[in-house]
Amino acid sequence: MKPQSFDYFRAASVEEAISLLVQEGEDSKVLAGGQSLLPMMNFRLARPTALIDVAHIDALRGISMTPSDIRIGSMTRHLELENSTVSGPMGSLLRQSAGRVGHLPIRTRGTIGGSLAHSDPSSEWCMLATLMDAEVSIEGPRGLRKVAAHDFFVTYFTTAMEFDELLIAVEFPQLPGNYRVAVQEFARRAGDFAIVGIMTAFSVDDGVIADPRIAVGGVADRVLRLSEAESALVGKEPTEENFSKAATIAMGEVNPAGDLHGPPEFRRDLVKALTRRALAGASA
Amino acid sequence: MQVSMNINGEPVTADIEARKLLVHFIREDAGLRGTHWGCDTSNCGTCTVWVDGEAVKSCTVLAAQADGHEVRTVEGLEGADGLDPVQQGFIECHGLQCGFCTPGMLMTARWFLDRNPSPTKDEIREAISGQICRCTGYKNIVDAIHWAAEHPRTNEVTA
Repeated sequence: MKPQSFDYFRAASVEEAISLLVQEGEDSKVLAGGQSLLPMMNFRLARPTALIDVAHIDALRGISMTPSDIRIGSMTRHLELENSTVSGPMGSLLRQSAGRVGHLPIRTRGTIGGSLAHSDPSSEWCMLATLMDAEVSIEGPRGLRKVAAHDFFVTYFTTAMEFDELLIAVEFPQLPGNYRVAVQEFARRAGDFAIVGIMTAFSVDDGVIADPRIAVGGVADRVLRLSEAESALVGKEPTEENFSKAATIAMGEVNPAGDLHGPPEFRRDLVKALTRRALAGASA
Repeated sequence: MQVSMNINGEPVTADIEARKLLVHFIREDAGLRGTHWGCDTSNCGTCTVWVDGEAVKSCTVLAAQADGHEVRTVEGLEGADGLDPVQQGFIECHGLQCGFCTPGMLMTARWFLDRNPSPTKDEIREAISGQICRCTGYKNIVDAIHWAAEHPRTNEVTA
Protein backbone atom coordinates (compact mmCIF):
# COMPACT_ATOMS: atom_id res chain seq x y z
CA MET A 1 0.00 0.00 0.00
CA LYS A 2 1.36 3.34 -1.05
CA PRO A 3 -0.15 6.01 1.22
CA GLN A 4 1.01 6.35 4.80
CA SER A 5 -1.55 5.17 7.36
CA PHE A 6 -4.31 7.58 8.28
CA ASP A 7 -7.75 7.62 9.83
CA TYR A 8 -10.70 8.03 7.47
CA PHE A 9 -13.83 9.94 8.45
CA ARG A 10 -16.86 10.47 6.25
CA ALA A 11 -18.60 13.69 7.26
CA ALA A 12 -22.37 13.87 6.83
CA SER A 13 -22.61 17.65 7.22
CA VAL A 14 -20.51 20.80 7.06
CA GLU A 15 -20.72 21.12 10.86
CA GLU A 16 -19.46 17.57 11.34
CA ALA A 17 -16.63 18.12 8.86
CA ILE A 18 -15.44 21.23 10.70
CA SER A 19 -15.62 19.60 14.12
CA LEU A 20 -13.65 16.62 12.73
CA LEU A 21 -11.00 18.99 11.38
CA VAL A 22 -10.74 20.67 14.77
CA GLN A 23 -10.59 17.29 16.50
CA GLU A 24 -7.97 15.80 14.17
CA GLY A 25 -5.80 18.90 14.05
CA GLU A 26 -3.32 20.44 11.65
CA ASP A 27 -2.10 17.20 10.08
CA SER A 28 -5.57 16.24 8.91
CA LYS A 29 -6.77 17.01 5.41
CA VAL A 30 -10.08 17.47 3.69
CA LEU A 31 -10.74 14.81 1.03
CA ALA A 32 -12.88 15.97 -1.89
CA GLY A 33 -12.64 13.99 -5.14
CA GLY A 34 -9.08 13.00 -4.32
CA GLN A 35 -7.78 13.44 -7.86
CA SER A 36 -4.81 15.54 -6.74
CA LEU A 37 -4.51 14.53 -3.09
CA LEU A 38 -4.48 10.76 -3.59
CA PRO A 39 -1.69 10.74 -6.19
CA MET A 40 0.33 12.93 -3.79
CA MET A 41 -0.40 10.50 -0.97
CA ASN A 42 0.48 7.51 -3.15
CA PHE A 43 3.88 9.11 -3.67
CA ARG A 44 3.97 10.16 0.00
CA LEU A 45 4.42 13.76 -0.99
CA ALA A 46 1.43 14.28 1.30
CA ARG A 47 1.17 12.36 4.56
CA PRO A 48 -1.99 13.45 6.35
CA THR A 49 -2.81 11.62 9.58
CA ALA A 50 -6.55 11.86 8.99
CA LEU A 51 -8.78 12.39 5.97
CA ILE A 52 -12.18 14.05 6.32
CA ASP A 53 -14.23 12.95 3.30
CA VAL A 54 -16.72 15.71 2.46
CA ALA A 55 -17.80 14.43 -0.96
CA HIS A 56 -20.98 12.91 0.47
CA ILE A 57 -22.31 16.21 1.85
CA ASP A 58 -25.25 16.99 -0.44
CA ALA A 59 -25.39 20.63 0.65
CA LEU A 60 -22.00 21.18 -1.00
CA ARG A 61 -23.15 20.03 -4.45
CA GLY A 62 -24.90 21.83 -7.25
CA ILE A 63 -25.20 25.05 -9.21
CA SER A 64 -27.57 27.84 -8.20
CA MET A 65 -28.19 31.14 -9.85
CA THR A 66 -29.21 34.67 -8.94
CA PRO A 67 -29.56 37.48 -11.50
CA SER A 68 -26.02 38.61 -10.66
CA ASP A 69 -24.14 35.46 -9.63
CA ILE A 70 -23.58 31.78 -10.33
CA ARG A 71 -22.91 29.88 -7.12
CA ILE A 72 -21.25 26.49 -7.39
CA GLY A 73 -21.07 24.15 -4.42
CA SER A 74 -17.53 23.01 -3.70
CA MET A 75 -18.26 19.29 -4.19
CA THR A 76 -19.72 19.81 -7.66
CA ARG A 77 -17.78 17.55 -9.99
CA HIS A 78 -15.99 18.75 -13.13
CA LEU A 79 -18.19 16.62 -15.39
CA GLU A 80 -21.37 18.17 -13.98
CA LEU A 81 -19.99 21.57 -14.93
CA GLU A 82 -18.84 20.36 -18.35
CA ASN A 83 -22.41 19.19 -19.01
CA SER A 84 -24.13 22.14 -17.32
CA THR A 85 -26.61 24.28 -19.20
CA VAL A 86 -25.83 27.63 -17.59
CA SER A 87 -26.61 30.24 -20.25
CA GLY A 88 -24.55 33.19 -21.41
CA PRO A 89 -20.81 33.82 -21.66
CA MET A 90 -20.19 32.67 -18.07
CA GLY A 91 -21.84 29.33 -18.82
CA SER A 92 -19.56 28.98 -21.83
CA LEU A 93 -16.50 29.71 -19.66
CA LEU A 94 -17.61 27.12 -17.08
CA ARG A 95 -18.04 24.41 -19.73
CA GLN A 96 -14.79 25.25 -21.53
CA SER A 97 -12.87 25.24 -18.24
CA ALA A 98 -14.38 22.00 -16.98
CA GLY A 99 -13.78 20.19 -20.26
CA ARG A 100 -10.05 20.85 -20.02
CA VAL A 101 -9.56 19.37 -16.55
CA GLY A 102 -7.62 16.09 -16.76
CA HIS A 103 -9.20 13.13 -18.52
CA LEU A 104 -12.82 11.97 -18.57
CA PRO A 105 -12.41 9.42 -15.73
CA ILE A 106 -10.84 12.23 -13.65
CA ARG A 107 -13.62 14.70 -14.40
CA THR A 108 -16.23 12.23 -13.13
CA ARG A 109 -14.55 12.33 -9.74
CA GLY A 110 -12.69 15.60 -9.19
CA THR A 111 -14.47 18.66 -7.78
CA ILE A 112 -14.26 22.39 -8.35
CA GLY A 113 -13.71 23.03 -4.63
CA GLY A 114 -10.97 20.45 -4.38
CA SER A 115 -9.23 22.03 -7.33
CA LEU A 116 -9.48 25.56 -5.89
CA ALA A 117 -8.24 24.43 -2.47
CA HIS A 118 -5.32 22.60 -4.13
CA SER A 119 -4.21 25.94 -5.69
CA ASP A 120 -2.23 24.55 -8.61
CA PRO A 121 -1.12 27.54 -10.74
CA SER A 122 -2.05 25.76 -13.97
CA SER A 123 -5.51 24.65 -12.79
CA GLU A 124 -8.43 25.73 -14.96
CA TRP A 125 -10.59 26.59 -11.95
CA CYS A 126 -7.84 28.69 -10.39
CA MET A 127 -7.53 30.48 -13.73
CA LEU A 128 -11.25 31.11 -14.03
CA ALA A 129 -11.58 32.24 -10.41
CA THR A 130 -8.69 34.68 -10.88
CA LEU A 131 -10.04 35.90 -14.23
CA MET A 132 -13.41 36.80 -12.71
CA ASP A 133 -12.10 37.55 -9.20
CA ALA A 134 -14.61 35.00 -7.94
CA GLU A 135 -15.66 34.95 -4.30
CA VAL A 136 -14.77 31.84 -2.33
CA SER A 137 -16.94 30.96 0.69
CA ILE A 138 -15.03 29.32 3.53
CA GLU A 139 -16.46 28.00 6.77
CA GLY A 140 -14.62 27.11 9.95
CA PRO A 141 -15.07 27.10 13.71
CA ARG A 142 -14.90 30.91 13.66
CA GLY A 143 -17.78 31.14 11.19
CA LEU A 144 -18.32 31.76 7.49
CA ARG A 145 -16.20 34.18 5.48
CA LYS A 146 -15.88 35.16 1.86
CA VAL A 147 -12.51 35.71 0.24
CA ALA A 148 -11.95 37.19 -3.23
CA ALA A 149 -9.77 35.09 -5.52
CA HIS A 150 -6.92 37.61 -5.54
CA ASP A 151 -6.58 37.12 -1.77
CA PHE A 152 -7.48 33.43 -1.76
CA PHE A 153 -4.58 32.06 -3.82
CA VAL A 154 -1.35 32.66 -1.91
CA THR A 155 1.28 30.61 -3.74
CA TYR A 156 1.89 27.08 -5.03
CA PHE A 157 -0.57 24.72 -3.29
CA THR A 158 -1.31 27.36 -0.64
CA THR A 159 -4.51 29.31 -0.06
CA ALA A 160 -5.82 31.72 2.55
CA MET A 161 -7.72 28.85 4.22
CA GLU A 162 -6.78 27.67 7.70
CA PHE A 163 -6.46 23.93 8.35
CA ASP A 164 -9.82 23.81 10.15
CA GLU A 165 -11.74 25.59 7.40
CA LEU A 166 -13.80 24.02 4.62
CA LEU A 167 -14.38 25.45 1.15
CA ILE A 168 -18.16 25.73 0.80
CA ALA A 169 -18.79 27.34 -2.57
CA VAL A 170 -17.46 29.68 -5.22
CA GLU A 171 -19.43 32.52 -6.77
CA PHE A 172 -18.82 33.75 -10.29
CA PRO A 173 -20.51 36.90 -11.64
CA GLN A 174 -23.04 36.51 -14.45
CA LEU A 175 -21.71 38.04 -17.67
CA PRO A 176 -24.12 39.89 -19.97
CA GLY A 177 -24.45 38.82 -23.60
CA ASN A 178 -22.13 41.55 -24.89
CA TYR A 179 -19.14 39.76 -23.32
CA ARG A 180 -16.81 37.62 -25.37
CA VAL A 181 -14.88 34.84 -23.65
CA ALA A 182 -12.22 32.28 -24.54
CA VAL A 183 -9.97 29.61 -23.07
CA GLN A 184 -6.69 28.67 -24.76
CA GLU A 185 -4.22 26.12 -23.49
CA PHE A 186 -1.12 24.39 -24.72
CA ALA A 187 -0.34 20.87 -23.52
CA ARG A 188 1.55 18.00 -25.12
CA ARG A 189 -1.42 15.64 -24.86
CA ALA A 190 -5.15 16.11 -24.27
CA GLY A 191 -5.77 16.10 -20.53
CA ASP A 192 -2.23 16.91 -19.44
CA PHE A 193 -1.61 19.94 -17.27
CA ALA A 194 -1.38 23.01 -19.47
CA ILE A 195 2.17 24.28 -19.95
CA VAL A 196 0.54 27.69 -20.39
CA GLY A 197 -3.15 28.52 -20.20
CA ILE A 198 -4.90 31.78 -21.04
CA MET A 199 -8.45 32.82 -20.24
CA THR A 200 -10.04 36.05 -21.32
CA ALA A 201 -13.32 37.91 -21.03
CA PHE A 202 -14.18 41.38 -22.33
CA SER A 203 -17.26 43.27 -23.40
CA VAL A 204 -17.73 45.11 -26.66
CA ASP A 205 -19.95 48.21 -26.44
CA ASP A 206 -20.45 50.54 -29.40
CA GLY A 207 -17.57 48.85 -31.18
CA VAL A 208 -15.00 49.30 -28.41
CA ILE A 209 -13.64 47.01 -25.70
CA ALA A 210 -14.56 47.47 -22.04
CA ASP A 211 -13.69 45.49 -18.88
CA PRO A 212 -10.95 43.42 -20.56
CA ARG A 213 -9.68 40.56 -18.41
CA ILE A 214 -6.79 38.20 -19.16
CA ALA A 215 -5.60 35.50 -16.77
CA VAL A 216 -2.55 33.31 -17.34
CA GLY A 217 -1.76 29.99 -15.69
CA GLY A 218 1.46 27.99 -15.63
CA VAL A 219 3.97 30.86 -15.55
CA ALA A 220 4.21 31.72 -11.85
CA ASP A 221 3.42 30.44 -8.35
CA ARG A 222 -0.23 31.29 -8.91
CA VAL A 223 -2.48 32.43 -11.72
CA LEU A 224 -1.78 36.03 -12.75
CA ARG A 225 -3.90 38.75 -14.29
CA LEU A 226 -2.09 40.52 -17.14
CA SER A 227 -3.03 44.07 -16.14
CA GLU A 228 -0.86 45.94 -18.66
CA ALA A 229 -2.23 43.97 -21.59
CA GLU A 230 -5.73 44.48 -20.18
CA SER A 231 -5.20 48.27 -19.89
CA ALA A 232 -3.95 48.43 -23.46
CA LEU A 233 -7.29 47.07 -24.69
CA VAL A 234 -9.60 49.47 -22.85
CA GLY A 235 -11.54 51.63 -25.30
CA LYS A 236 -9.89 49.99 -28.32
CA GLU A 237 -11.65 48.35 -31.24
CA PRO A 238 -11.60 44.53 -31.27
CA THR A 239 -9.23 44.23 -34.21
CA GLU A 240 -6.47 41.72 -34.97
CA GLU A 241 -3.95 44.54 -34.72
CA ASN A 242 -5.04 45.58 -31.23
CA PHE A 243 -5.16 41.95 -30.09
CA SER A 244 -1.62 41.38 -31.39
CA LYS A 245 -0.37 44.47 -29.57
CA ALA A 246 -1.96 43.30 -26.33
CA ALA A 247 -0.44 39.82 -26.80
CA THR A 248 3.03 41.31 -27.17
CA ILE A 249 2.53 43.34 -23.98
CA ALA A 250 1.26 40.17 -22.24
CA MET A 251 4.45 38.33 -23.11
CA GLY A 252 6.49 41.08 -21.44
CA GLU A 253 4.45 40.87 -18.23
CA VAL A 254 5.43 37.31 -17.34
CA ASN A 255 8.68 35.98 -16.01
CA PRO A 256 8.38 32.18 -16.12
CA ALA A 257 11.04 29.75 -15.00
CA GLY A 258 12.46 27.15 -17.35
CA ASP A 259 11.71 23.49 -16.70
CA LEU A 260 11.62 20.15 -18.51
CA HIS A 261 8.99 21.51 -20.91
CA GLY A 262 11.34 24.18 -22.19
CA PRO A 263 13.24 27.39 -21.42
CA PRO A 264 11.53 30.58 -20.18
CA GLU A 265 11.39 31.96 -23.74
CA PHE A 266 9.19 29.00 -24.76
CA ARG A 267 6.59 29.86 -22.15
CA ARG A 268 6.75 33.56 -23.01
CA ASP A 269 6.15 32.73 -26.68
CA LEU A 270 3.19 30.61 -25.64
CA VAL A 271 1.77 33.50 -23.59
CA LYS A 272 1.93 35.73 -26.67
CA ALA A 273 0.48 33.19 -29.08
CA LEU A 274 -2.29 31.99 -26.77
CA THR A 275 -3.26 35.51 -25.70
CA ARG A 276 -3.62 36.58 -29.31
CA ARG A 277 -5.62 33.44 -30.16
CA ALA A 278 -7.85 33.84 -27.12
CA LEU A 279 -8.62 37.50 -27.82
CA ALA A 280 -9.20 36.96 -31.54
CA GLY A 281 -11.22 33.79 -31.04
CA ALA A 282 -13.33 35.02 -28.13
CA SER A 283 -17.06 34.71 -28.58
CA ALA A 284 -20.22 34.91 -26.53
CA MET B 1 -12.27 -0.37 9.12
CA GLN B 2 -15.09 -2.39 7.62
CA VAL B 3 -15.99 -1.56 4.03
CA SER B 4 -18.88 -2.94 1.98
CA MET B 5 -19.73 -2.38 -1.63
CA ASN B 6 -21.50 -4.09 -4.48
CA ILE B 7 -19.09 -5.23 -7.18
CA ASN B 8 -20.76 -6.42 -10.39
CA GLY B 9 -23.93 -6.89 -8.36
CA GLU B 10 -22.33 -9.03 -5.64
CA PRO B 11 -21.88 -7.68 -2.12
CA VAL B 12 -18.26 -7.61 -0.94
CA THR B 13 -17.34 -6.80 2.65
CA ALA B 14 -13.85 -6.71 4.12
CA ASP B 15 -11.98 -5.35 7.12
CA ILE B 16 -9.26 -3.20 5.62
CA GLU B 17 -6.84 -0.40 6.37
CA ALA B 18 -8.23 3.04 5.48
CA ARG B 19 -5.31 3.58 3.12
CA LYS B 20 -6.28 0.70 0.83
CA LEU B 21 -6.92 1.89 -2.71
CA LEU B 22 -10.05 0.72 -4.51
CA VAL B 23 -7.95 -1.06 -7.14
CA HIS B 24 -6.35 -3.22 -4.43
CA PHE B 25 -9.70 -3.87 -2.77
CA ILE B 26 -11.05 -5.11 -6.10
CA ARG B 27 -8.02 -7.31 -6.80
CA GLU B 28 -7.21 -8.60 -3.31
CA ASP B 29 -10.44 -8.55 -1.31
CA ALA B 30 -12.93 -9.21 -4.10
CA GLY B 31 -10.44 -11.44 -5.93
CA LEU B 32 -11.21 -9.84 -9.29
CA ARG B 33 -7.89 -9.61 -11.11
CA GLY B 34 -9.24 -8.27 -14.39
CA THR B 35 -8.71 -4.70 -13.22
CA HIS B 36 -5.03 -3.86 -13.58
CA TRP B 37 -2.90 -1.65 -11.38
CA GLY B 38 -0.50 0.69 -13.12
CA CYS B 39 0.73 4.10 -12.13
CA ASP B 40 -0.91 5.17 -8.83
CA THR B 41 -1.29 8.68 -10.21
CA SER B 42 -4.37 8.52 -12.49
CA ASN B 43 -2.16 8.90 -15.56
CA CYS B 44 -2.24 5.46 -17.19
CA GLY B 45 -5.92 4.53 -16.82
CA THR B 46 -5.60 0.75 -16.75
CA CYS B 47 -7.35 0.65 -13.34
CA THR B 48 -10.49 2.37 -14.68
CA VAL B 49 -13.73 0.94 -13.27
CA TRP B 50 -17.20 2.41 -12.72
CA VAL B 51 -18.40 3.75 -9.38
CA ASP B 52 -22.14 4.44 -9.39
CA GLY B 53 -22.05 4.18 -13.17
CA GLU B 54 -19.25 6.72 -13.67
CA ALA B 55 -15.82 5.75 -15.00
CA VAL B 56 -13.12 6.46 -12.40
CA LYS B 57 -9.47 5.56 -11.98
CA SER B 58 -9.50 3.16 -9.06
CA CYS B 59 -5.88 3.91 -8.05
CA THR B 60 -6.96 7.38 -6.96
CA VAL B 61 -10.09 6.31 -5.12
CA LEU B 62 -9.88 4.85 -1.63
CA ALA B 63 -11.86 1.69 -1.00
CA ALA B 64 -13.28 3.63 1.95
CA GLN B 65 -14.65 6.28 -0.43
CA ALA B 66 -16.50 3.55 -2.34
CA ASP B 67 -18.04 2.14 0.86
CA GLY B 68 -21.77 1.74 0.23
CA HIS B 69 -21.45 2.33 -3.51
CA GLU B 70 -21.91 0.27 -6.68
CA VAL B 71 -18.77 -0.79 -8.53
CA ARG B 72 -18.57 -2.37 -11.98
CA THR B 73 -15.36 -3.95 -13.25
CA VAL B 74 -14.32 -5.47 -16.55
CA GLU B 75 -15.59 -8.86 -15.32
CA GLY B 76 -19.06 -7.32 -15.26
CA LEU B 77 -19.07 -6.26 -18.89
CA GLU B 78 -20.10 -9.58 -20.38
CA GLY B 79 -23.85 -10.07 -20.44
CA ALA B 80 -26.16 -13.06 -20.59
CA ASP B 81 -25.95 -13.19 -24.36
CA GLY B 82 -22.19 -12.94 -24.65
CA LEU B 83 -19.41 -10.43 -24.83
CA ASP B 84 -20.12 -6.72 -24.77
CA PRO B 85 -19.59 -5.17 -28.23
CA VAL B 86 -16.51 -3.30 -26.99
CA GLN B 87 -14.98 -6.63 -26.02
CA GLN B 88 -15.94 -8.12 -29.38
CA GLY B 89 -14.59 -5.01 -31.13
CA PHE B 90 -11.17 -5.50 -29.54
CA ILE B 91 -11.18 -9.06 -30.92
CA GLU B 92 -12.41 -8.04 -34.38
CA CYS B 93 -9.93 -5.17 -34.76
CA HIS B 94 -6.98 -6.62 -32.86
CA GLY B 95 -7.26 -3.86 -30.27
CA LEU B 96 -4.69 -5.31 -27.88
CA GLN B 97 -1.27 -6.85 -27.83
CA CYS B 98 0.04 -7.34 -24.29
CA GLY B 99 -3.38 -6.60 -22.81
CA PHE B 100 -2.23 -4.57 -19.83
CA CYS B 101 -4.20 -1.44 -20.71
CA THR B 102 -7.23 -3.37 -22.00
CA PRO B 103 -9.47 -3.47 -18.90
CA GLY B 104 -9.28 0.31 -18.54
CA MET B 105 -9.77 0.81 -22.26
CA LEU B 106 -12.87 -1.40 -22.23
CA MET B 107 -14.45 0.24 -19.19
CA THR B 108 -13.79 3.75 -20.49
CA ALA B 109 -15.00 2.83 -23.97
CA ARG B 110 -18.29 1.29 -22.80
CA TRP B 111 -18.96 4.24 -20.49
CA PHE B 112 -18.17 6.70 -23.26
CA LEU B 113 -20.31 4.93 -25.89
CA ASP B 114 -23.26 4.86 -23.49
CA ARG B 115 -23.09 8.67 -23.48
CA ASN B 116 -22.04 9.22 -27.08
CA PRO B 117 -23.30 6.26 -29.15
CA SER B 118 -22.08 7.57 -32.53
CA PRO B 119 -18.73 9.25 -31.90
CA THR B 120 -16.21 10.39 -34.48
CA LYS B 121 -12.75 8.86 -34.31
CA ASP B 122 -11.43 12.16 -32.92
CA GLU B 123 -13.99 12.00 -30.12
CA ILE B 124 -12.92 8.43 -29.39
CA ARG B 125 -9.30 9.55 -29.18
CA GLU B 126 -10.22 12.35 -26.79
CA ALA B 127 -12.28 9.95 -24.67
CA ILE B 128 -9.38 7.50 -24.25
CA SER B 129 -6.73 10.19 -23.80
CA GLY B 130 -6.52 9.14 -20.15
CA GLN B 131 -5.63 5.58 -21.10
CA ILE B 132 -2.06 4.75 -22.07
CA CYS B 133 -1.21 1.88 -24.42
CA ARG B 134 2.44 1.15 -25.19
CA CYS B 135 1.83 -1.59 -27.78
CA THR B 136 -0.72 -0.71 -30.38
CA GLY B 137 -0.15 2.92 -31.31
CA TYR B 138 -3.87 3.31 -30.55
CA LYS B 139 -5.12 2.93 -34.12
CA ASN B 140 -6.58 -0.53 -33.59
CA ILE B 141 -8.07 0.52 -30.26
CA VAL B 142 -9.84 3.45 -31.90
CA ASP B 143 -11.02 1.10 -34.66
CA ALA B 144 -12.25 -1.39 -32.04
CA ILE B 145 -14.30 1.24 -30.20
CA HIS B 146 -15.64 2.48 -33.52
CA TRP B 147 -16.62 -1.11 -34.37
CA ALA B 148 -18.46 -1.31 -31.05
CA ALA B 149 -20.29 1.93 -31.82
CA GLU B 150 -21.56 0.34 -35.02
CA HIS B 151 -22.72 -2.75 -33.12
CA PRO B 152 -24.94 -1.46 -30.31
CA ARG B 153 -25.11 -3.78 -27.35
CA THR B 154 -28.17 -5.77 -26.51
CA ASN B 155 -27.16 -6.56 -22.93
CA GLU B 156 -28.14 -4.08 -20.30
CA VAL B 157 -25.18 -3.33 -18.05
CA THR B 158 -25.90 -0.81 -15.34
CA ALA B 159 -23.90 0.75 -12.55
